[in-house]
Amino acid sequence: MSLFDKFDRVRDASGSLALDSEPSPLGTRIDEVHSPTRGRIGNSEVILAGTNNYLGLTFDPDCIAAAHRALDEAGTGTTGSRMANGSYGSHRQLEQELAEFYGMPSAMVFSTGYMANLGLITSLLGPGDSVILDADCHASIYDACRMAGADVIRFRHNDAEDLDKRLRRLADRREDGLDNALIIVEGIYSMLGDRAPLTEIAEVKRRRGGYLLVDEAHSMGVMGATGRGLAEAVGVEADVDFIVGTFSKSLGAIGGFAVSRHRDLELVRFDSRPYIFTASPSPATIASVREALAIVAQRPQLRDQLWRNAERLYAGLQEQGFELGPTPGPVVAALVESPRQAIAFWHALIEHGVYVNMMLPPASPNGRALMRISLSAAHSDEQVDAILDAFATLGSMLDPSTPA
Amino acid sequence: MTRHEQILERLMQHLERFKSESGELHADADLINELGLDSVNVMDMLLEIEDEFDISVPINMITDVRTPRQLADVIVKIESGE
Repeated sequence: MSLFDKFDRVRDASGSLALDSEPSPLGTRIDEVHSPTRGRIGNSEVILAGTNNYLGLTFDPDCIAAAHRALDEAGTGTTGSRMANGSYGSHRQLEQELAEFYGMPSAMVFSTGYMANLGLITSLLGPGDSVILDADCHASIYDACRMAGADVIRFRHNDAEDLDKRLRRLADRREDGLDNALIIVEGIYSMLGDRAPLTEIAEVKRRRGGYLLVDEAHSMGVMGATGRGLAEAVGVEADVDFIVGTFSKSLGAIGGFAVSRHRDLELVRFDSRPYIFTASPSPATIASVREALAIVAQRPQLRDQLWRNAERLYAGLQEQGFELGPTPGPVVAALVESPRQAIAFWHALIEHGVYVNMMLPPASPNGRALMRISLSAAHSDEQVDAILDAFATLGSMLDPSTPA
Repeated sequence: MTRHEQILERLMQHLERFKSESGELHADADLINELGLDSVNVMDMLLEIEDEFDISVPINMITDVRTPRQLADVIVKIESGE
């Protein structure tokens, strides 16, 4: 039995679904990126509609200029961990700006969004603690909970009553209440683009106790009057103990963060292995993120444009008869019966000049394959129309009665 | 019928719906390799079992569970407060 025998299933699936030839819907090679919304994949010039680049800031001139300056002034990398030599003035300034942006006393910057969840959750939780998470939470949250060694309990996706029931069971068998229980939900769920019923979840938390963590990876910069996310949009920030987010979506770079209303978040720095044992983000990355964070607050018109695009695309696809996620939003997912249909459709979309994400189970929920489109404030009306035209032209490929 | 047998019987009923596409359903069948469930199917079934028995079954407690009988072992243990 070799170490690689366990990959037999992957090897078989990859071969039978022809995922090993270019262009491939998994690990797609994007040969050139011309702008936030245009690129080249092989011989096809495409509209990029699967990049989570919600505000289109990857090519923002101010962000690029800030990154250039930092590169010239502070070099290519920090070559060290936040705990050692990797905390520059700019890393600390960004943390202060994030804390101010959220109106919370404490913020930490991590090297990726994945590591922000890993770093915060593994440090907050340990054996004997409990975590109650939405069943559709991101892999980084599941991985963090497993690493933490806490008791991990799932509740049915977006079902606040189900959360209430599971907290009640947990409280019943504890003498010390839910003081060491952490509830975890996301603002916008990345696969179907649906939102947490955060008003109801916050109400359950107030009544039952415990701490609440909201991962706003896909909702920060996208929702709320000042772009703080879903908690701001529905007015429950006072009930949220921790917010985790990423720099790799609306902020157009890479990295992650955690903010908290609890000043003791600062102590996590001295305990969190995913924070301590990795190099910090490069000065250029931090500089572009600081600029992008300022833009999130200063340019609400980007959010307005993003939502206009999202609503137009959702309405258009709905009219064409596609089965979509439950609500319009920056992530629009069209559900597809079989992986084979999804793969064929993805290839046809590329040939028609449109790049979207293709997701297969178990990454996608409920055993369905998805064509996942993410919108950007940078998409023009013409580009949204072109995406709709491509789906209209190719839609019959997804008819369940069409043999795959 | 012992509590363990009762629980096992109910688990087998929950697993009935996976029978058609897979091998024979029995108490020592490997949930993933024989019955063809994936890790998400197992976790979703756990939600139903938690509701049926009104208990919490942390998913970290089923990491080593391979068969319906082993899952019944865990539930008996939780019910008895061990």
